[in-house]
Amino acid sequence: MTVKSGTIKLGCRGVWKLFGDHAERLLATAGGAPDDEALRQAGVIGAVRDVSLEVHEGEIFIIMGLSGSGKSTLVRCLSRLIEPTAGEVLFEGQDLLQANERELMDIRRHKMGMVFQHFALLPHLSVLGNVAFPLEIQGVDRTTREARANEMIELVGLKGREDYYPRELSGGQQQRVGIARSLAVGPDIWFLDEPFSALDPLIRREMQDEFLRLQSVLKKTIVFITHDFDEVIRLADRIAIMQDGAIIQTGTPEEVVTRPATSYVAEFTRDVPRAKVVSAGVLARPGQAGSVRVPASARVGDVAARVFDEEQPIGVDGADGTPLGVLHRQDVLDILLGREPRQ
Amino acid sequence: MTEVTLEVARPRRRSLGSVPFWLAAAILAGLAYRFSDYLPEWAVEYPRSWRLPIEPWISDAMKWLINDATFGLFTFQEFTRSIAWLFGWLLEAAYGLLAEGFTFGKGEEAFHIPHVSWLALIIVLVMLARRVSGRRLALFIAACFVYLAVFGQWSSAMITLASIVISVPFGVLAGLLVGIAAYRNAWVERAIRPVLDLMQTVPVFAYLVPILFLFGFGPVAAMIATMIYAAPPMVRLTVLALRGVPEEIKEYGRMAGCSQRQHMWKVMVPAAKSGLLVGLNQVVMLSLNMVIIASMIGAGGLGFDVLHALRRLAIGEGLEAGIAITLLAIALDRLSQAAANKPPKAHGSVRGATWLARNRLVVIAGVLLAGSIVAGALVPAVATYPESWTLTTGKFWDRVVEWLNINLFDTITIVKTWLLVNIMLPIKGFMVGLPWPVLLGVLAFAGWRLGGWRLALLPLALGAFVLLTGNWEKAMITVYLCGLSVVIAAMTGIPLGIWATGSSRRTGATLAVIDTLQTLPSFVYLIPVIMLFSVGDFSAMIAVVAFALAPAVRYTIHGLNQVPEHLVEAGRAQGCSRRQILWKIRMPLALPEIMLGINQTIMMALSMLVITALVGTRDLGQEVFTALAKADTGQGIVAGLCVAFIAITADRLIQSWSRQRKAQLGVA
Repeated sequence: MTVKSGTIKLGCRGVWKLFGDHAERLLATAGGAPDDEALRQAGVIGAVRDVSLEVHEGEIFIIMGLSGSGKSTLVRCLSRLIEPTAGEVLFEGQDLLQANERELMDIRRHKMGMVFQHFALLPHLSVLGNVAFPLEIQGVDRTTREARANEMIELVGLKGREDYYPRELSGGQQQRVGIARSLAVGPDIWFLDEPFSALDPLIRREMQDEFLRLQSVLKKTIVFITHDFDEVIRLADRIAIMQDGAIIQTGTPEEVVTRPATSYVAEFTRDVPRAKVVSAGVLARPGQAGSVRVPASARVGDVAARVFDEEQPIGVDGADGTPLGVLHRQDVLDILLGREPRQ
Repeated sequence: MTEVTLEVARPRRRSLGSVPFWLAAAILAGLAYRFSDYLPEWAVEYPRSWRLPIEPWISDAMKWLINDATFGLFTFQEFTRSIAWLFGWLLEAAYGLLAEGFTFGKGEEAFHIPHVSWLALIIVLVMLARRVSGRRLALFIAACFVYLAVFGQWSSAMITLASIVISVPFGVLAGLLVGIAAYRNAWVERAIRPVLDLMQTVPVFAYLVPILFLFGFGPVAAMIATMIYAAPPMVRLTVLALRGVPEEIKEYGRMAGCSQRQHMWKVMVPAAKSGLLVGLNQVVMLSLNMVIIASMIGAGGLGFDVLHALRRLAIGEGLEAGIAITLLAIALDRLSQAAANKPPKAHGSVRGATWLARNRLVVIAGVLLAGSIVAGALVPAVATYPESWTLTTGKFWDRVVEWLNINLFDTITIVKTWLLVNIMLPIKGFMVGLPWPVLLGVLAFAGWRLGGWRLALLPLALGAFVLLTGNWEKAMITVYLCGLSVVIAAMTGIPLGIWATGSSRRTGATLAVIDTLQTLPSFVYLIPVIMLFSVGDFSAMIAVVAFALAPAVRYTIHGLNQVPEHLVEAGRAQGCSRRQILWKIRMPLALPEIMLGINQTIMMALSMLVITALVGTRDLGQEVFTALAKADTGQGIVAGLCVAFIAITADRLIQSWSRQRKAQLGVA
């Protein structure tokens, strides 16, 4: 899979978030980049450290890291729920950190949606009330906002539960409400903070499929937080891996797995089944293929069965339809066994 | 080896638990008392000439406020009068509706609309109880209100209820708004916290005095006093409830693009609802606790009945009215608690239906109440429970008292006199005769050991105020009565608590009894005590012990139950007997918590002491009480502050000890 090069929807440059007294002063005296030692001595915690990233229009950008790595703080800096200590956050070319209270409120009302780990539904409102809430805040009249809310409820498959209250719903259903609610205003950027982490594994899978289905229709620009690499493999277009507040690698899942930037990333991705991330394009070798062809973006794991079943070699086509070459059984076998791909 | 001993030795250095320290303090105090003749006179009795005229200063300030203070557009007096007018108007409306009816015109042409029917009100309350809880509560509410009707307490109860109905919403609203301000701004909270602390330790009587001065004698002044008394817990609980809203919900509100106002009223307040309803419950309970006290500055109703009966020593009447207040308190407590704990709405209950269907109960209640007024105009028995149907047990109780006096008087007198002569009076003499520099020194030293120089300065500063205002001797009588009562309450309450933790059934039963005891207004405790022991220090002490017992029991139970189970199991595994487990494992670990219970006991004892001034003590309570009678603002406030300062000193020392001990033991 190649990097999508659409326009940049959301980006940030040199974002710092330090917790502790006199964090600004520390940052100023350290020339804008204090090291671990300086932070420790000042008793300041560097939750987000010098983060720069770009999220392209229509892509699913996943920020991944273990708990305490700063990923939740980072996404809150991007939505300015937390005020960064330094840096800039560019949303549609505008510096979000320069926006005043009123502008920020307008941006959030019309252009941002957010889904929370523990759903954050308002307990006193029904499903309908919750989904209509962001519109109510904007002052949309009752008929319009309820019509829109009903549309969203149907979209996430909760039709018939409009009158239910959050506590009457299962976790998965509650998160569907959270998703419907965040989509009600038709946001340009969609933040999802570990949306499926609080769910059972089976429900989680179901919700991931649902999420992919929604995205195939809606084509939102998405910033998604998770600590689960399986989720990354299933959902991500690109990922950023965080450790101790800093981003240590950005790229497609395939790049991260096959070319880890640090030993930490390597350790992290060691148990990831290669067949699920490596794409057919990578393994294509020159040769004559038969009639069976697969796209270069197909995962090796998904085409492996055919490679062994077909008599003739399987061809690989690039994104524009030009033939890139054929898949060799030995290469596919290496990937399936988790060996490094041969050059 | 050395490292380990160091670890243990360090925290011990500042612990008050070290026996030699206590011993030294006791010996020092004893010596000082014994040889006080050899000390300079000023040390034994604080000289009159060293006093500061703080009382007249305060009184003069109040006079200035009333006579000369102005806000530019209007004077202070106009301000208080307009408040009084507003509340007076509301109160009149509530009285008319519930208790007196409305009369239009005068003389011959007067047109009278009766008040709401007793029967209709009971039905509506029962419907409400069924709605918020269930059949059991409905039956209980019915029983309570039928008691009020049958025992002829109805009209008094309605006057009381009317003032509660008006004062509670204002108290709740004021508490909510202040709480929100404190939640939003750290500086508001910092400013408000010491005020709340003081308001909860100053005896109620003390702020009756300035209110009496500002608003005059009457139901409006009483209601304002009630609101001021009942609002502080609402402030605290509002802050607590808003803080308790999950972080994600707060964030969601901001992400949805709420304005500040929308965020507070559409997200925070509804999400904090259950916590806020606990606050409502507290306001209702404190308002009812104030009923009798407020009648001292002009509230009518049940409180006045009790007070009037107590002053005439008409035990039977007082008891009936007291029970009526208690039932009203318990009924409103259970109702508001049920409302607070009511599970949130379920689907299908609200949407789709018409307005009429959604508010069916409200409509029925409205029609019933309005209809009952019309019916009452035609049939008097519908409006007012006929007097000929009422019962009274007053005579019976009077006979009981008479019987007790005839048959038990001698025995009680012997016990009472013995205790007075051999225990109470010597302690009183010791406290009064103890040179003040010695006591202050011991307290300061204790403060220093527990919390450094700041905690050492506290008793010195507060003690200085008591000395300067010339209240030392009365304060010592308060300390003696309070101290003795607390010791007795602890000696009964702690064993009771230990007993109660024996089985979960005992725990449940004990806690139920304590819960009920704590809903009784403090005055009610005086009734049986006067019945048995008539007036004096001894009666005061018994009433205080009875009132203050509950926290000692409650905290003992809580402390013992929170000892980690694995420690008890470890003890059992090592072969400890039940007794050893109790004394060697559970008690030491529970002690800090039990001490907090004792702290609460002291606070409650002090608040009760002021009320027992009614049965003739000679302490600070009496001082506040006479100030109230004379409407002497300075005297009332100063004496009230003295009581508060005793409470604050005890509170800070004990809290500090308990915190340290808990930290040492590693129990959070």
